[in-house]
Amino acid sequence: MTSETAVVARPKPGRRRRSVPGGGGLWRYLLIRFLLIIPTVFILVTLVFFLMRSTGDPITAALGGRLSGPQLAERIAAAGYDRPLMVQYLEYLGQILRADFGRTISDNRPVTEVLFTYGAATLELAFYALVVAFIVGIPLGMLAAYFRDRAPDAFLRVFAILCYATPVFFAGLILKLVFAVGLKVLPVAGRASTGAELQIQFLPNKTGIYLIDAIATGNQAVVNDVLLHAVLPGVTLGLLTAGVFLRLVRTNLIGTLGTDYVDSARSRGVSELRLVRTHAYRPALIPIITVMGLQIALLLGGAVLTETTFEWKGLGFQLAQYLQARDFVAVQGIVVLLAVVVALTNFLVDVIAAIIDPRVRY
Amino acid sequence: MNEEPEDCVLDITDLRVTFATDGGDVRAVDGLSVRVAPGEIVAIVGESGSGKSVTAKAILGLVPETATTSGSIRLRSRDRSRTTEIVNASRSTLRALRGEDVAMVFQEPSTALNPVFTVGWQIAEGIRAHDRVGRREAMRRAIQILGRVGIPDPETRARHYPHQFSGGQKQRVIIAMALVLNPGLIVADEPTTALDVTVQAEILELLRGCRDEFQTAIVLITHNMGVVADLADRVVVMFDGKVVEQASTVELFRAPEAEYTKRLLASVPRIGQGRDVAAARAVSRAAETVTVVPAVQAQDLVIEYPGRFGRAPFRAVDTVSFQIAPGEILGLVGESGSGKTTIGRAIAGLSPVSQGSLKVLGHEMRGIREREFRPARVEIGFVFQDPATSFNPLLTIAECVAEPLIVHSRAGDARAARPAVNELLEAVQLPRSFGDRYPHELSGGQRQRASLARALALNPSLLIADEPTSALDVSVQSKVLELFTELQRELKFAALIISHDLAVVDLIADRIAVLYRGRLVEEGTGAEVLASPRDPYTQRLLASLPVPDPVQQRIRREALRGLLDGAR
Amino acid sequence: MRRIPILAQMRASVGLQRSMLLIGLVLTSVYVLTAIFAPLIAPYGFAQLRSDGVPFGAQQAPSATHLWGTTVGGYDVLSRVIWGAQTAILTVIVSVVLAIFAGIFLGLVSGYFGGWLDRILVLVCDAVYAFPSLLLAIVMSIALSGGQSSLWGGILAASISITVVFIPQYFRVIRAETVRIKSEAYIESAQVIGTRAPRIMARHVLRNATRTLPLILTLNSSEALLTLAGLGFLGFGIEPTAAAEWGYDLNKAISDVTSGIWWTSVYPGLAIVLTVLGITLVGESLNDLADPRLRGRRAAADGVPQAPATPASDVQVVSAGKEQEVVN
Repeated sequence: MTSETAVVARPKPGRRRRSVPGGGGLWRYLLIRFLLIIPTVFILVTLVFFLMRSTGDPITAALGGRLSGPQLAERIAAAGYDRPLMVQYLEYLGQILRADFGRTISDNRPVTEVLFTYGAATLELAFYALVVAFIVGIPLGMLAAYFRDRAPDAFLRVFAILCYATPVFFAGLILKLVFAVGLKVLPVAGRASTGAELQIQFLPNKTGIYLIDAIATGNQAVVNDVLLHAVLPGVTLGLLTAGVFLRLVRTNLIGTLGTDYVDSARSRGVSELRLVRTHAYRPALIPIITVMGLQIALLLGGAVLTETTFEWKGLGFQLAQYLQARDFVAVQGIVVLLAVVVALTNFLVDVIAAIIDPRVRY
Repeated sequence: MNEEPEDCVLDITDLRVTFATDGGDVRAVDGLSVRVAPGEIVAIVGESGSGKSVTAKAILGLVPETATTSGSIRLRSRDRSRTTEIVNASRSTLRALRGEDVAMVFQEPSTALNPVFTVGWQIAEGIRAHDRVGRREAMRRAIQILGRVGIPDPETRARHYPHQFSGGQKQRVIIAMALVLNPGLIVADEPTTALDVTVQAEILELLRGCRDEFQTAIVLITHNMGVVADLADRVVVMFDGKVVEQASTVELFRAPEAEYTKRLLASVPRIGQGRDVAAARAVSRAAETVTVVPAVQAQDLVIEYPGRFGRAPFRAVDTVSFQIAPGEILGLVGESGSGKTTIGRAIAGLSPVSQGSLKVLGHEMRGIREREFRPARVEIGFVFQDPATSFNPLLTIAECVAEPLIVHSRAGDARAARPAVNELLEAVQLPRSFGDRYPHELSGGQRQRASLARALALNPSLLIADEPTSALDVSVQSKVLELFTELQRELKFAALIISHDLAVVDLIADRIAVLYRGRLVEEGTGAEVLASPRDPYTQRLLASLPVPDPVQQRIRREALRGLLDGAR
Repeated sequence: MRRIPILAQMRASVGLQRSMLLIGLVLTSVYVLTAIFAPLIAPYGFAQLRSDGVPFGAQQAPSATHLWGTTVGGYDVLSRVIWGAQTAILTVIVSVVLAIFAGIFLGLVSGYFGGWLDRILVLVCDAVYAFPSLLLAIVMSIALSGGQSSLWGGILAASISITVVFIPQYFRVIRAETVRIKSEAYIESAQVIGTRAPRIMARHVLRNATRTLPLILTLNSSEALLTLAGLGFLGFGIEPTAAAEWGYDLNKAISDVTSGIWWTSVYPGLAIVLTVLGITLVGESLNDLADPRLRGRRAAADGVPQAPATPASDVQVVSAGKEQEVVN
């Protein structure tokens, strides 16, 4: 649930953005920004590795109660967990460079395979959530800024805070209670009903993204089924992010609405709505996009909880399962993948922000 | 002045604007009545807090919603077809006439343009807010108007973003925006305050052109009496929300009636005032200074700022040589980006010296360590430009002034330092009780006095003052300058006065050095530099400075025009 | 009067902003009072399964004996919600206090001295900051407890996990403030008189840099609550016998929902929502009031001229910096 404070408490000039040089420095900036991904991922991988190992080796954690002492020691030696930690760390770094995350302990699958299979599902969920967040958050944020300090603004702000204050798993439970259990209009959980799931499983080249796969089956009923299953999880996770987007857009718009150039446009007779929609929104977009990038972390954290609530078999759901099983090799793999995703997204967002800012572009 | 009621574009009667603040309601404008005839330039003059800017905003109905406005502002369109009452007008009425009947030029050109849209788009946007014209037609008109305000190559420039223009050009673009729908009235709120003197002269020329060419009436809001003398036909003097005096420009400068106006005019520094004083001081000092080591000596001083991301370093100060004798006041004059502040900071050890040599009180500053220089800091005082930010907001004035005494172990704590602090406060003519106040409870001038007290706490032999009065109103400025001169006479410290204002420097400095783009272009006594400048830049700088005398200013304007034509 | 934080803000607020602040304060006080007086208010203990030797029974609908029903584990829902407030507040306090001290110290040193230490700290904190905080908290709690925990062990583990997540946030805010303040004229004016770095930091930077802290603090408290609930929901919180924890109860309620049993999830959920709502409302209102751009003002009463008290000799009247913009 990071970054809620970021909306408000974040130092006003974005830390990296201001140091962007004008003119031909853009490529140089992008290059440096790209290279910064490496230490970021490295730091997180290191942190996660040592934290997870600080309690002991993964095999004892996962199978501790079930195997006898000698059996356990044998397994540990076989996996090389009895060597010095630094040696294991360096080896792990080497493995990661080769995109090899080892094998899970609980069900003995390659972690890489787990990541690919369930990553697609999480990607799909994140996409739905982002669609909801954009559709709900941005226009409402503009509206709130337009009506600032009047009743609609107060209403929208409380709505935004509620979106954020409601833990996603609780929001999910309530939505389930109302729409799935009470009104029975939407499915309770899962990504598709059993029939649809089977059809998708028999496809020759599955993408793992059910919407695309469902379309590939050519069966309208399957597509509908997949979409219906996506509504509740998408809305649940989307609203969480929408609340943040709403506040982000509102705060930044109010900031730019107070600037001289908006006053200057107003003095030329530009209408109030246009002032909000164009003159204030476009300059506000640069900080908005930068902070939106940081919301990817919020979204992924939320995805773990949403997937668990709706049994949406993605990385988050799987992560929770592996956590229950104390399968720390799998957990570590998933966490590292998410770190890479976060670093890449933040880089892309910074690139976009730099490109839409004419002060950087020219 | 006795126009018929129908022959004025703007008729303000008994305007009152009240703001709600934390300290209760404040009446910013209190019973203002002004009329502006077509093609007339009326200046509204006043110091900060006089209500002049609020008046400007009220004319366009731009006063924030938390303010209450009463009275009447009647605005007539250029073709005399309609007259609108602005006070309490509806949003749509205001929207329709903004840009069409009245336009505004803002103080700060760098913030009045939207950074993410091209200037052509921004001008076209204003056109399309009123006239149903196509995008292309609007852009064509935008390009045309850009050409008319003197932007070279307007077709290309219209596609550029604001950051690609210089400050003066941005102000031209803003004037183009104001002119594009040909309104009968332009409200210019401090249109040249943020600009350098040489650019100011150009913008004033352009505004005069607006009036002559388009017959546009202008309400000019300013605090600068030189600008008033240069441009205005008529002057309204405001103080504390009220009109103090209203007269034609020539009349007002020749024979001001109100006491406040007289004081205001008297406190404006004029070139040439300081000459006699400086000469007298020079004579009295001549004998003693020859043999001593100079307080500051710069030899081929170069200061560079490292470039980011491996780009070439920026050379702020370029092979500059000068010296300041003990007890001497050197005035450093230059426009923005001339490197004058950098030199001051280098002397105080805040910016490192890149090449050449800079000796401060016998210490070579190039490559010096803070530890070695610290003992010398006792001998140096520094007065910052903005007294509002140079005090820690959480400490009382007495605690702030006591800091140097405590740091250099002259006093154990603020309480022990209090007697000394009281003496210092008295020396800068502040009541002792002010020591217990917090910085925000003092006015700008009072804070700058306190700042002076802090700088003099250790009785330094060198004082550096960076734009010490530029954040102050003129009447306050003259008092602070007077105090400074007095203290210097008593304590005999050497001083470096950094300023963009030739008149201020002339008033207090023994010698004047003129900086232009990091180079020292001219140096000499006030008499030499100001009476017969040799460098073309100094000549232009001097000629651009508007003097608070409309008759004389007209002559000077012609001279500047001649100078610029000659240069071409 | 002006120096008492919340009261001063109350007086400065107007209209809707005031009602938002007020609602926030009421919700927060209810929460704090519940937490303090939990032993008095709660009808049963958080781990109590039977009264007078008679078991409560699992998944009992709300009734006179169990106002909010019982959970699948046979606990009284009302009692667990009330006790949960206590667990939550302890965690929040411990984590926020730990994070503030670490964050301020690192931010101050890093921002003031700059250099390579600063760069490394920024890099590390940015990396941690960008990472999903819940995941980091999970990894931390694995490291600390291996996932099993008692009351204080659990609270400490959760708190420290949350602390690690928050340190970068405080670090970033304090560092940014320090960097900003460092270039302020009053720091330079301290430097030119030869003040040494520790004195500058202690006397000039620290107090000015931490002015915004109360706002971040309130916002972070709500984040801490949500993170704690998230941890509990995923089974990394505190054992039910050790303490009551809302997130854990919600996790156990997932399966109830499918069979239409609503009371096991709705009450602990609402407790989280209302608490976070209250704290966030307070935090946001404070933030708005501190930022002149976001702050609403009361309209001036018409026709009540009031001559401002003019300081002696100079013309300028400045009551506070921001007023100048309006009047100038």
